[in-house]
Amino acid sequence: MGVKDYCFKKSLWVFHFGGASCNNCDIEILDCLTPRYDIERFGIQLVGSIKHADVLLVSGSINRKCRDRLLEVYHQAPKPIVVVAFGACGCSGGVFADGNPFNGPVDQIIPVDVYIPGCPPKPEAIIAGIAKLINKKAG
Amino acid sequence: MANYLFYFLIFPGFLFAAAGGGILSWFDRKITARVQFRKGPPFLQPFYDVLKLLGKETLVPRNSAKIPFLYAPVFALTGATLAAVFILLPSFGITSGFRGDLIVIYYFLTVPSISWIIGAMATGNPLAITGASREMKLILSYELAFLLILAAIIYKSGMTLNLADIIDYQKQNGALAGSLSGILLLIAFIFCIQAKLGLVPFDMAEAETEITAGMFIEYSGFSYALVKLTRYILLFILPSFLVVLFLGGFQWSGTGIVWSVLKLLAVVLVLTLIRNTNPRLKLGQAMRFFFVGMNLLVIAAFVLSLYGL
Repeated sequence: MGVKDYCFKKSLWVFHFGGASCNNCDIEILDCLTPRYDIERFGIQLVGSIKHADVLLVSGSINRKCRDRLLEVYHQAPKPIVVVAFGACGCSGGVFADGNPFNGPVDQIIPVDVYIPGCPPKPEAIIAGIAKLINKKAG
Repeated sequence: MANYLFYFLIFPGFLFAAAGGGILSWFDRKITARVQFRKGPPFLQPFYDVLKLLGKETLVPRNSAKIPFLYAPVFALTGATLAAVFILLPSFGITSGFRGDLIVIYYFLTVPSISWIIGAMATGNPLAITGASREMKLILSYELAFLLILAAIIYKSGMTLNLADIIDYQKQNGALAGSLSGILLLIAFIFCIQAKLGLVPFDMAEAETEITAGMFIEYSGFSYALVKLTRYILLFILPSFLVVLFLGGFQWSGTGIVWSVLKLLAVVLVLTLIRNTNPRLKLGQAMRFFFVGMNLLVIAAFVLSLYGL
Protein backbone atom coordinates (compact mmCIF):
# COMPACT_ATOMS: atom_id res chain seq x y z
CA MET A 1 0.00 0.00 0.00
CA GLY A 2 1.52 3.28 -1.11
CA VAL A 3 1.50 6.67 0.58
CA LYS A 4 -1.36 7.77 -1.67
CA ASP A 5 -3.74 5.00 -0.62
CA TYR A 6 -2.74 5.31 3.03
CA CYS A 7 -3.48 9.05 3.07
CA PHE A 8 -6.71 8.48 1.16
CA LYS A 9 -8.10 6.11 3.76
CA LYS A 10 -6.87 8.32 6.61
CA SER A 11 -8.70 11.40 5.32
CA LEU A 12 -12.11 10.62 3.83
CA TRP A 13 -14.15 13.72 3.09
CA VAL A 14 -17.83 12.98 2.67
CA PHE A 15 -20.25 14.74 0.36
CA HIS A 16 -23.85 13.97 1.22
CA PHE A 17 -26.29 13.61 -1.65
CA GLY A 18 -29.84 13.58 -0.31
CA GLY A 19 -32.26 12.06 -2.80
CA ALA A 20 -35.97 12.01 -2.01
CA SER A 21 -35.05 11.24 1.56
CA CYS A 22 -37.42 11.27 4.55
CA ASN A 23 -34.58 13.05 6.50
CA ASN A 24 -34.22 10.23 9.01
CA CYS A 25 -30.97 9.00 7.45
CA ASP A 26 -29.69 12.58 7.26
CA ILE A 27 -30.21 12.99 10.99
CA GLU A 28 -28.40 9.71 11.69
CA ILE A 29 -25.44 10.92 9.62
CA LEU A 30 -25.23 14.01 11.81
CA ASP A 31 -25.32 11.71 14.86
CA CYS A 32 -21.95 10.33 13.76
CA LEU A 33 -20.39 13.77 14.21
CA THR A 34 -21.64 14.16 17.78
CA PRO A 35 -19.35 13.68 20.82
CA ARG A 36 -20.63 10.15 21.42
CA TYR A 37 -19.45 8.72 18.06
CA ASP A 38 -17.12 11.44 16.69
CA ILE A 39 -15.96 10.10 13.33
CA GLU A 40 -13.50 13.01 13.03
CA ARG A 41 -11.25 10.64 15.02
CA PHE A 42 -10.75 8.79 11.70
CA GLY A 43 -10.24 12.01 9.75
CA ILE A 44 -13.74 11.97 8.29
CA GLN A 45 -15.31 15.35 7.57
CA LEU A 46 -18.49 16.51 5.89
CA VAL A 47 -17.65 18.90 3.04
CA GLY A 48 -19.96 21.26 1.21
CA SER A 49 -18.65 20.88 -2.33
CA ILE A 50 -18.50 17.69 -4.41
CA LYS A 51 -15.15 18.91 -5.82
CA HIS A 52 -13.53 18.33 -2.41
CA ALA A 53 -15.16 14.96 -1.74
CA ASP A 54 -13.67 11.46 -1.55
CA VAL A 55 -16.91 9.73 -0.59
CA LEU A 56 -20.27 10.29 -2.26
CA LEU A 57 -22.91 9.26 0.25
CA VAL A 58 -26.34 8.78 -1.28
CA SER A 59 -29.37 8.56 0.98
CA GLY A 60 -33.05 8.44 0.17
CA SER A 61 -34.92 6.88 -2.72
CA ILE A 62 -33.83 8.03 -6.16
CA ASN A 63 -36.79 9.20 -8.23
CA ARG A 64 -36.94 10.41 -11.83
CA LYS A 65 -35.87 13.96 -11.01
CA CYS A 66 -33.02 12.88 -8.74
CA ARG A 67 -31.50 10.48 -11.25
CA ASP A 68 -30.03 13.13 -13.57
CA ARG A 69 -28.76 15.17 -10.63
CA LEU A 70 -27.08 12.13 -9.12
CA LEU A 71 -25.36 11.31 -12.43
CA GLU A 72 -24.25 14.93 -12.78
CA VAL A 73 -22.83 15.03 -9.25
CA TYR A 74 -21.06 11.72 -9.83
CA HIS A 75 -19.44 12.99 -13.04
CA GLN A 76 -18.34 16.20 -11.28
CA ALA A 77 -16.56 14.32 -8.51
CA PRO A 78 -12.75 14.16 -8.71
CA LYS A 79 -11.63 10.55 -9.07
CA PRO A 80 -10.94 8.33 -7.13
CA ILE A 81 -14.36 8.57 -5.52
CA VAL A 82 -16.09 6.00 -3.31
CA VAL A 83 -19.87 5.71 -3.49
CA VAL A 84 -21.84 4.64 -0.42
CA ALA A 85 -25.51 3.64 -0.75
CA PHE A 86 -27.06 4.61 2.55
CA GLY A 87 -30.21 3.30 4.20
CA ALA A 88 -32.86 0.91 2.92
CA CYS A 89 -33.93 3.38 0.21
CA GLY A 90 -30.42 3.86 -1.09
CA CYS A 91 -29.62 0.13 -1.10
CA SER A 92 -32.81 -1.31 -2.57
CA GLY A 93 -35.57 1.28 -2.69
CA GLY A 94 -37.18 0.26 0.59
CA VAL A 95 -40.88 0.98 0.82
CA PHE A 96 -40.68 3.15 -2.30
CA ALA A 97 -39.40 0.36 -4.55
CA ASP A 98 -42.80 -0.27 -6.16
CA GLY A 99 -43.78 3.39 -6.41
CA ASN A 100 -44.37 5.13 -9.74
CA PRO A 101 -41.71 7.89 -9.50
CA PHE A 102 -39.05 5.48 -8.22
CA ASN A 103 -36.19 5.17 -10.69
CA GLY A 104 -33.95 2.36 -9.57
CA PRO A 105 -31.76 1.93 -6.51
CA VAL A 106 -28.39 3.72 -6.53
CA ASP A 107 -26.38 0.77 -7.89
CA GLN A 108 -28.36 0.74 -11.13
CA ILE A 109 -27.30 4.33 -11.82
CA ILE A 110 -23.69 4.58 -10.61
CA PRO A 111 -21.23 1.94 -9.31
CA VAL A 112 -21.58 1.48 -5.55
CA ASP A 113 -18.68 0.43 -3.29
CA VAL A 114 -20.35 0.04 0.10
CA TYR A 115 -23.94 -0.61 1.19
CA ILE A 116 -25.12 0.47 4.64
CA PRO A 117 -28.66 -0.94 5.10
CA GLY A 118 -31.14 0.01 7.79
CA CYS A 119 -34.12 2.30 8.14
CA PRO A 120 -32.35 4.39 9.33
CA PRO A 121 -28.94 2.72 9.96
CA LYS A 122 -27.72 3.11 13.53
CA PRO A 123 -24.55 5.14 14.00
CA GLU A 124 -22.80 1.90 14.99
CA ALA A 125 -23.81 0.42 11.62
CA ILE A 126 -22.45 3.50 9.86
CA ILE A 127 -19.11 3.19 11.64
CA ALA A 128 -19.02 -0.55 10.80
CA GLY A 129 -19.62 0.37 7.15
CA ILE A 130 -16.84 2.93 7.25
CA ALA A 131 -14.47 0.36 8.78
CA LYS A 132 -15.30 -2.04 5.92
CA LEU A 133 -14.69 0.75 3.44
CA ILE A 134 -11.27 1.53 4.94
CA ASN A 135 -10.33 -2.17 4.95
CA LYS A 136 -11.46 -2.51 1.36
CA LYS A 137 -9.22 0.41 0.38
CA ALA A 138 -6.38 -1.16 2.37
CA GLY A 139 -6.83 -4.57 0.74
CA MET B 1 21.75 33.01 -4.27
CA ALA B 2 21.68 29.47 -2.89
CA ASN B 3 20.97 30.69 0.62
CA TYR B 4 18.04 32.82 -0.63
CA LEU B 5 16.55 29.72 -2.23
CA PHE B 6 17.14 27.85 1.03
CA TYR B 7 15.37 30.64 2.95
CA PHE B 8 12.45 30.57 0.53
CA LEU B 9 11.97 26.84 0.09
CA ILE B 10 13.09 25.18 3.30
CA PHE B 11 13.81 27.31 6.38
CA PRO B 12 12.05 29.54 7.38
CA GLY B 13 10.06 29.60 4.17
CA PHE B 14 7.82 27.05 2.54
CA LEU B 15 8.59 23.70 4.21
CA PHE B 16 9.08 24.99 7.75
CA ALA B 17 6.07 27.31 7.72
CA ALA B 18 3.83 24.67 6.15
CA ALA B 19 4.90 22.02 8.66
CA GLY B 20 4.46 24.42 11.59
CA GLY B 21 1.11 25.54 10.23
CA GLY B 22 0.01 21.93 9.83
CA ILE B 23 0.81 21.27 13.48
CA LEU B 24 -1.05 24.44 14.52
CA SER B 25 -3.98 23.38 12.34
CA TRP B 26 -4.06 20.05 14.20
CA PHE B 27 -3.91 21.99 17.49
CA ASP B 28 -6.83 24.13 16.35
CA ARG B 29 -8.93 21.10 15.40
CA LYS B 30 -8.01 19.21 18.57
CA ILE B 31 -8.96 22.16 20.80
CA THR B 32 -12.22 22.52 18.85
CA ALA B 33 -12.92 18.84 19.48
CA ARG B 34 -12.10 19.14 23.21
CA VAL B 35 -14.38 22.20 23.51
CA GLN B 36 -17.19 20.07 22.03
CA PHE B 37 -16.30 17.07 24.29
CA ARG B 38 -15.06 15.05 21.33
CA LYS B 39 -11.79 13.21 20.92
CA GLY B 40 -10.52 14.93 17.80
CA PRO B 41 -8.35 13.96 14.83
CA PRO B 42 -4.91 12.31 15.03
CA PHE B 43 -1.72 14.40 15.09
CA LEU B 44 -0.79 13.96 11.42
CA GLN B 45 -4.32 14.65 10.11
CA PRO B 46 -3.52 17.97 8.29
CA PHE B 47 -0.65 16.28 6.47
CA TYR B 48 -2.83 13.31 5.46
CA ASP B 49 -5.36 15.80 4.08
CA VAL B 50 -2.81 17.61 1.93
CA LEU B 51 -1.08 14.43 0.69
CA LYS B 52 -4.44 12.92 -0.21
CA LEU B 53 -5.46 16.05 -2.13
CA LEU B 54 -2.16 15.96 -4.05
CA GLY B 55 -3.05 12.48 -5.31
CA LYS B 56 -6.52 13.36 -6.53
CA GLU B 57 -7.79 14.45 -9.90
CA THR B 58 -7.74 18.22 -10.60
CA LEU B 59 -10.86 19.39 -12.36
CA VAL B 60 -11.23 22.62 -14.33
CA PRO B 61 -14.80 23.87 -14.87
CA ARG B 62 -15.80 24.18 -18.51
CA ASN B 63 -16.92 27.83 -18.28
CA SER B 64 -13.95 29.06 -16.27
CA ALA B 65 -11.08 31.28 -17.34
CA LYS B 66 -8.50 28.54 -17.03
CA ILE B 67 -5.25 30.43 -16.54
CA PRO B 68 -6.36 32.71 -13.66
CA PHE B 69 -8.26 29.79 -12.11
CA LEU B 70 -5.21 27.51 -12.03
CA TYR B 71 -2.55 30.13 -11.25
CA ALA B 72 -4.39 31.93 -8.42
CA PRO B 73 -3.52 29.28 -5.76
CA VAL B 74 0.12 29.36 -6.90
CA PHE B 75 0.29 33.14 -6.48
CA ALA B 76 -1.47 32.89 -3.10
CA LEU B 77 1.05 30.29 -1.92
CA THR B 78 3.98 32.37 -3.18
CA GLY B 79 2.68 35.49 -1.42
CA ALA B 80 2.13 33.66 1.85
CA THR B 81 5.60 32.05 1.63
CA LEU B 82 7.31 35.39 0.96
CA ALA B 83 5.46 36.94 3.91
CA ALA B 84 6.62 33.97 5.99
CA VAL B 85 10.24 34.55 4.95
CA PHE B 86 10.14 38.28 5.73
CA ILE B 87 8.42 37.75 9.09
CA LEU B 88 10.40 34.75 10.28
CA LEU B 89 13.93 35.76 9.23
CA PRO B 90 14.11 38.74 11.66
CA SER B 91 12.13 36.96 14.37
CA PHE B 92 14.54 34.00 14.37
CA GLY B 93 17.44 36.44 14.33
CA ILE B 94 18.90 35.03 11.08
CA THR B 95 19.08 38.37 9.26
CA SER B 96 18.05 41.80 10.43
CA GLY B 97 15.77 42.46 7.47
CA PHE B 98 15.90 45.82 5.69
CA ARG B 99 14.46 49.29 6.16
CA GLY B 100 10.72 49.25 5.54
CA ASP B 101 10.19 45.48 5.59
CA LEU B 102 7.05 46.02 7.68
CA ILE B 103 5.37 47.59 4.63
CA VAL B 104 6.50 44.73 2.39
CA ILE B 105 5.08 42.21 4.87
CA TYR B 106 1.79 44.12 4.93
CA TYR B 107 1.56 43.89 1.13
CA PHE B 108 2.49 40.22 0.95
CA LEU B 109 -0.10 39.36 3.59
CA THR B 110 -2.87 40.70 1.34
CA VAL B 111 -1.65 38.73 -1.70
CA PRO B 112 -3.36 35.41 -0.74
CA SER B 113 -6.81 36.97 -0.31
CA ILE B 114 -6.56 38.91 -3.55
CA SER B 115 -5.33 35.88 -5.50
CA TRP B 116 -8.18 33.79 -4.15
CA ILE B 117 -10.65 36.51 -5.18
CA ILE B 118 -9.23 36.45 -8.73
CA GLY B 119 -9.36 32.65 -8.80
CA ALA B 120 -12.93 32.54 -7.54
CA MET B 121 -14.05 35.20 -10.01
CA ALA B 122 -12.53 33.09 -12.81
CA THR B 123 -14.59 29.98 -12.04
CA GLY B 124 -17.89 31.22 -13.39
CA ASN B 125 -19.68 29.64 -10.44
CA PRO B 126 -22.25 32.00 -8.85
CA LEU B 127 -21.53 30.73 -5.32
CA ALA B 128 -17.79 31.29 -5.80
CA ILE B 129 -18.44 34.81 -7.04
CA THR B 130 -20.67 35.50 -4.02
CA GLY B 131 -17.84 34.32 -1.78
CA ALA B 132 -15.31 36.45 -3.66
CA SER B 133 -17.42 39.58 -3.33
CA ARG B 134 -17.85 38.94 0.39
CA GLU B 135 -14.10 38.45 0.81
CA MET B 136 -13.49 41.70 -1.05
CA LYS B 137 -15.77 43.64 1.29
CA LEU B 138 -14.18 41.95 4.28
CA ILE B 139 -10.71 43.01 3.10
CA LEU B 140 -11.94 46.59 2.70
CA SER B 141 -13.24 46.55 6.26
CA TYR B 142 -10.29 45.02 8.12
CA GLU B 143 -7.31 46.40 6.20
CA LEU B 144 -7.76 49.95 7.50
CA ALA B 145 -7.75 48.76 11.11
CA PHE B 146 -4.74 46.52 10.35
CA LEU B 147 -2.80 49.42 8.85
CA LEU B 148 -3.67 51.73 11.76
CA ILE B 149 -2.43 49.08 14.20
CA LEU B 150 0.88 48.85 12.32
CA ALA B 151 1.12 52.67 12.36
CA ALA B 152 0.53 52.73 16.13
CA ILE B 153 3.20 50.07 16.61
CA ILE B 154 5.65 52.04 14.49
CA TYR B 155 4.95 55.10 16.64
CA LYS B 156 5.25 53.24 19.93
CA SER B 157 8.56 51.58 19.01
CA GLY B 158 10.26 54.85 18.15
CA MET B 159 9.38 55.48 14.49
CA THR B 160 11.08 52.46 12.98
CA LEU B 161 9.81 50.60 9.91
CA ASN B 162 12.09 47.63 10.53
CA LEU B 163 10.79 44.46 12.16
CA ALA B 164 14.19 43.65 13.70
CA ASP B 165 14.29 47.13 15.32
CA ILE B 166 10.83 46.57 16.82
CA ILE B 167 12.09 43.30 18.34
CA ASP B 168 15.19 45.09 19.70
CA TYR B 169 13.03 47.89 21.14
CA GLN B 170 10.91 45.30 22.98
CA LYS B 171 14.01 43.53 24.32
CA GLN B 172 15.15 46.79 25.93
CA ASN B 173 11.83 48.32 27.00
CA GLY B 174 9.57 45.33 27.60
CA ALA B 175 6.82 43.90 25.37
CA LEU B 176 4.56 46.37 23.57
CA ALA B 177 1.48 44.66 25.04
CA GLY B 178 2.64 45.80 28.48
CA SER B 179 0.87 49.17 28.32
CA LEU B 180 -2.81 50.13 28.18
CA SER B 181 -2.63 51.22 24.54
CA GLY B 182 -0.72 48.04 23.74
CA ILE B 183 -3.51 45.89 25.17
CA LEU B 184 -6.15 47.73 23.14
CA LEU B 185 -4.05 47.31 19.98
CA LEU B 186 -3.56 43.61 20.78
CA ILE B 187 -7.33 43.06 21.02
CA ALA B 188 -7.92 44.79 17.68
CA PHE B 189 -5.05 42.86 16.07
CA ILE B 190 -6.47 39.51 17.22
CA PHE B 191 -9.79 40.31 15.51
CA CYS B 192 -7.96 41.45 12.37
CA ILE B 193 -6.01 38.20 12.06
CA GLN B 194 -9.18 36.25 12.80
CA ALA B 195 -10.68 37.95 9.72
CA LYS B 196 -7.50 37.45 7.67
CA LEU B 197 -7.52 33.73 8.47
CA GLY B 198 -11.25 33.47 7.67
CA LEU B 199 -12.08 31.83 11.01
CA VAL B 200 -15.62 31.60 12.23
CA PRO B 201 -17.07 34.97 13.13
CA PHE B 202 -15.66 36.24 9.82
CA ASP B 203 -15.88 33.14 7.60
CA MET B 204 -18.73 34.44 5.43
CA ALA B 205 -16.52 34.17 2.34
CA GLU B 206 -16.56 30.38 2.51
CA ALA B 207 -19.61 29.77 4.68
CA GLU B 208 -20.00 25.98 4.53
CA THR B 209 -23.71 25.99 5.31
CA GLU B 210 -24.97 28.74 2.98
CA ILE B 211 -22.65 29.03 -0.04
CA THR B 212 -21.08 25.56 0.52
CA ALA B 213 -17.37 26.36 0.21
CA GLY B 214 -17.65 29.84 -1.30
CA MET B 215 -14.43 30.93 -2.96
CA PHE B 216 -12.97 27.40 -3.00
CA ILE B 217 -16.04 25.56 -4.31
CA GLU B 218 -14.54 24.64 -7.70
CA TYR B 219 -11.03 23.80 -6.51
CA SER B 220 -10.13 20.12 -6.34
CA GLY B 221 -7.06 17.94 -6.11
CA PHE B 222 -3.72 19.65 -6.53
CA SER B 223 -5.02 23.24 -6.61
CA TYR B 224 -7.08 22.69 -3.46
CA ALA B 225 -3.99 21.22 -1.79
CA LEU B 226 -2.20 24.50 -2.59
CA VAL B 227 -5.08 26.42 -1.00
CA LYS B 228 -4.83 24.23 2.12
CA LEU B 229 -1.04 24.76 2.31
CA THR B 230 -1.52 28.52 2.01
CA ARG B 231 -3.97 28.46 4.88
CA TYR B 232 -1.56 26.41 7.02
CA ILE B 233 1.21 28.92 6.32
CA LEU B 234 -1.07 31.84 7.20
CA LEU B 235 -2.14 30.08 10.39
CA PHE B 236 1.54 29.88 11.34
CA ILE B 237 2.79 33.32 10.31
CA LEU B 238 -0.05 35.56 11.48
CA PRO B 239 0.17 34.39 15.13
CA SER B 240 3.98 34.62 14.82
CA PHE B 241 3.58 38.19 13.56
CA LEU B 242 1.42 38.96 16.60
CA VAL B 243 4.03 37.45 18.94
CA VAL B 244 6.78 39.47 17.27
CA LEU B 245 4.87 42.75 17.33
CA PHE B 246 3.28 42.59 20.77
CA LEU B 247 4.66 39.82 22.97
CA GLY B 248 8.38 40.44 22.69
CA GLY B 249 9.24 38.05 19.87
CA PHE B 250 10.90 34.64 20.06
CA GLN B 251 13.99 33.63 22.02
CA TRP B 252 15.98 30.62 20.90
CA SER B 253 18.14 29.79 23.89
CA GLY B 254 17.49 27.65 26.97
CA THR B 255 13.99 27.98 28.42
CA GLY B 256 13.31 30.73 25.87
CA ILE B 257 12.38 28.01 23.36
CA VAL B 258 9.59 26.71 25.61
CA TRP B 259 8.33 30.26 26.17
CA SER B 260 8.34 30.98 22.44
CA VAL B 261 6.31 27.86 21.64
CA LEU B 262 3.91 28.58 24.51
CA LYS B 263 3.34 32.14 23.28
CA LEU B 264 2.50 30.88 19.80
CA LEU B 265 0.18 28.17 21.13
CA ALA B 266 -1.55 30.66 23.44
CA VAL B 267 -2.31 32.99 20.52
CA VAL B 268 -3.72 30.12 18.46
CA LEU B 269 -5.72 28.98 21.50
CA VAL B 270 -7.34 32.43 21.77
CA LEU B 271 -8.18 32.38 18.04
CA THR B 272 -9.68 28.88 18.37
CA LEU B 273 -11.77 29.80 21.40
CA ILE B 274 -13.13 32.88 19.60
CA ARG B 275 -13.93 30.62 16.65
CA ASN B 276 -15.76 28.10 18.82
CA THR B 277 -17.83 30.46 20.91
CA ASN B 278 -19.20 32.77 18.21
CA PRO B 279 -21.72 32.41 15.39
CA ARG B 280 -20.99 33.62 11.87
CA LEU B 281 -21.62 37.35 11.44
CA LYS B 282 -23.45 38.81 8.50
CA LEU B 283 -21.31 40.87 6.15
CA GLY B 284 -22.85 44.18 7.24
CA GLN B 285 -22.29 43.34 10.90
CA ALA B 286 -18.65 42.47 10.24
CA MET B 287 -18.10 45.70 8.31
CA ARG B 288 -19.71 47.74 11.08
CA PHE B 289 -17.61 45.88 13.65
CA PHE B 290 -14.37 46.84 11.88
CA PHE B 291 -15.26 50.27 10.51
CA VAL B 292 -16.79 51.59 13.72
CA GLY B 293 -15.68 49.40 16.60
CA MET B 294 -12.16 48.37 15.74
CA ASN B 295 -11.13 51.62 14.06
CA LEU B 296 -12.31 53.66 17.06
CA LEU B 297 -10.53 51.28 19.41
CA VAL B 298 -7.28 51.59 17.46
CA ILE B 299 -7.56 55.40 17.25
CA ALA B 300 -8.21 55.55 21.01
CA ALA B 301 -5.12 53.38 21.55
CA PHE B 302 -3.12 55.68 19.27
CA VAL B 303 -4.18 58.74 21.27
CA LEU B 304 -3.28 56.97 24.52
CA SER B 305 0.14 56.10 23.13
CA LEU B 306 0.67 59.78 22.25
CA TYR B 307 0.33 60.46 25.99
CA GLY B 308 2.77 57.64 26.71
CA LEU B 309 0.25 55.27 28.29
